[in-house]
Amino acid sequence: MDKFLLRGIEEEGSAAIASYREKGGYAALEKALSMKPEEIIEEVKRSGLRGRGGAGFPTGMKWDFASRDPKFPKYLICNADEGEPGTFKDRPILEKNPHLLIEGMIISGHALKAEYGYIYLRGEYPGAKVVLEQAIEEAYKEGLLGDDILGKGIKFHLSVHQGAGAYICGEETALIDSIEGRRGQPRIKPPFPVNVGAWGMPTIVNNVETLSNLPLIVSIGGEKYAGIGNPECPGPKIYSVSCCVKKPGVYELPMGTTLREIIYTHAGGIRDDRPLKAVIPGGISTPVLTPDQIDCKMDFVNLPKVGSMLGSGAVMVFDDTVCLVRVCWRALRFFEHESCGKCVPCREGTGWLRNILERIENGFGRKGDIELLQDVAHSMAGKTFCPLGDGAANVVLSFIRQFHDEFEHHIEKKECMA
Amino acid sequence: MLDREKVREIVRKYPERRGALLPALHLAQKEYGWLSPEAMKEVSRALNLPEATVKGVATFYAMYRRVPAGRHLIQICTNVACMIFGAERLVDLLKERYGLEPGGTSEDGRFSLMIMECIGACDRAPAMLVNEDYHPDLNEERIMTILEGYK
Ligand SMILES: Cc1cc2nc3c(=O)[nH]c(=O)nc-3n(C[C@H](O)[C@H](O)[C@H](O)COP(=O)(O)O)c2cc1C
Ligand code: SF4
Ligand code: FES
Repeated sequence: MDKFLLRGIEEEGSAAIASYREKGGYAALEKALSMKPEEIIEEVKRSGLRGRGGAGFPTGMKWDFASRDPKFPKYLICNADEGEPGTFKDRPILEKNPHLLIEGMIISGHALKAEYGYIYLRGEYPGAKVVLEQAIEEAYKEGLLGDDILGKGIKFHLSVHQGAGAYICGEETALIDSIEGRRGQPRIKPPFPVNVGAWGMPTIVNNVETLSNLPLIVSIGGEKYAGIGNPECPGPKIYSVSCCVKKPGVYELPMGTTLREIIYTHAGGIRDDRPLKAVIPGGISTPVLTPDQIDCKMDFVNLPKVGSMLGSGAVMVFDDTVCLVRVCWRALRFFEHESCGKCVPCREGTGWLRNILERIENGFGRKGDIELLQDVAHSMAGKTFCPLGDGAANVVLSFIRQFHDEFEHHIEKKECMA
Repeated sequence: MLDREKVREIVRKYPERRGALLPALHLAQKEYGWLSPEAMKEVSRALNLPEATVKGVATFYAMYRRVPAGRHLIQICTNVACMIFGAERLVDLLKERYGLEPGGTSEDGRFSLMIMECIGACDRAPAMLVNEDYHPDLNEERIMTILEGYK
């Protein structure tokens, strides 16, 4: 498959508008501006595009909800908070191919009749901020942004809003609070942001990678797009592969490529040809898999069949030298740190889980600790205000389910198997 | 002084003044190196928001510093990928060499250290940010060479 999202990013100066235009950039925008908003939404529905931010929600459906709401103004927010550990798929678009995202956002703005867009960029990407702001300035200069885009009477303004180091602001309602200048804590749903979002107005939040698919959908049409990868959730997908592989990095492949192919064909296999021990397929919040499960296709429909999720498509690969109790402990330290404190099961539970894992890891594990971990996790799962707490609980449950022996060994022998 | 013209420019991007709060706090932190009570007061005056509102927001986000920082801010990731490739050893090394504790500042005021969750450089772990510069592929030798470049 030809690369689309990451096309040409290895070339020097790929972020400049001239170089983007050389690759055919902004041709899709011209086509989109001659289409009616409803026609674009139809194409998106036909394409079968599902959101790349983690939940995999059908984009066309979300857009339909938003466009049916009669309130104006509407806001379009690009979620560039990319904070899920293991994930670095949006960063190459932001830093090396920013005009793809900007073109996607202008098209989306037109389709949704949203005249104001924001890119909510995580504070830890200062380099991307510089690149994006420069790209936005270029786009204004060439009449691609502003009150009268390319003389077509369409208005769209875009700016970057920099976050300040809170993972929870990746959750769309917390993100909206943060844009409004508040502490970023999730809001109760419903009402959904598509009806009551930023400043009480209909707001569409989509991930960087999701919006970057728009130029492709418009240029080849929804039907053809639906033929890429798995027909149930089609399109190109960026997988970010890290930890114990020979060639960690980002790989743009058709949605539904198997984990085995990603690890062994694209990422070069396990470092020093060691045995594979475990894989986290979609970022730290997704349940861990064992080596016999890697023939699974990496997409929104197949990973749930083996008890995990696609999440952000961040593949974390562990060989036999890695202590999984330690990985699990570090994951929980992350969740404890990032819990926003709004609800009790998550605020207290993440600390408890981290604490018990820490003593097991340090050789002070007690008999019954595994059951205790499960007990605490069960009293969190399904009972937290937002998916962060749920994720934390499920990570612990999946590690224990898949690698029970390793936890037992730690507790009984006071040492690691790895 | 907080650049009032710049603040007004930011305010124009939002339908309500309060939207400019996070960017204004970033601006103040850049100006003063940290968010002192005075800096927060200035932000509250510039945006005409209650001081309690400004403080409430500033205390929520990890990147806003409420103690004075050193000349250079080291933000090192210790999340899973970086941990596997030895980030914790590097944190110990910073303590040995510069007397730096996580969250603290070296006695000579040269460096402050923050432990980060994933900074999106896992393919080249371990990684850190020094001020606004990314430094991936660290090891004991490289981190020292890099830091010696920040006086
Ligand atoms: C704790 C938490 C963190 C999240 N972080 C991100 C993130 O960093 N980037 C992102 O695009 N979506 C993130 N999401 C998902 C968003 O809430 C939202 O579903 C997404 O931005 C919608 O865009 P999409 O439909 O294009 O995927 C997160 C969700 C939760 C619960
Ligand atoms: S689950 Fe955690 S992060 Fe989500 S609202 Fe509750 S405390 Fe906040
Ligand atoms: S784990 Fe350190 S950069 Fe991702």
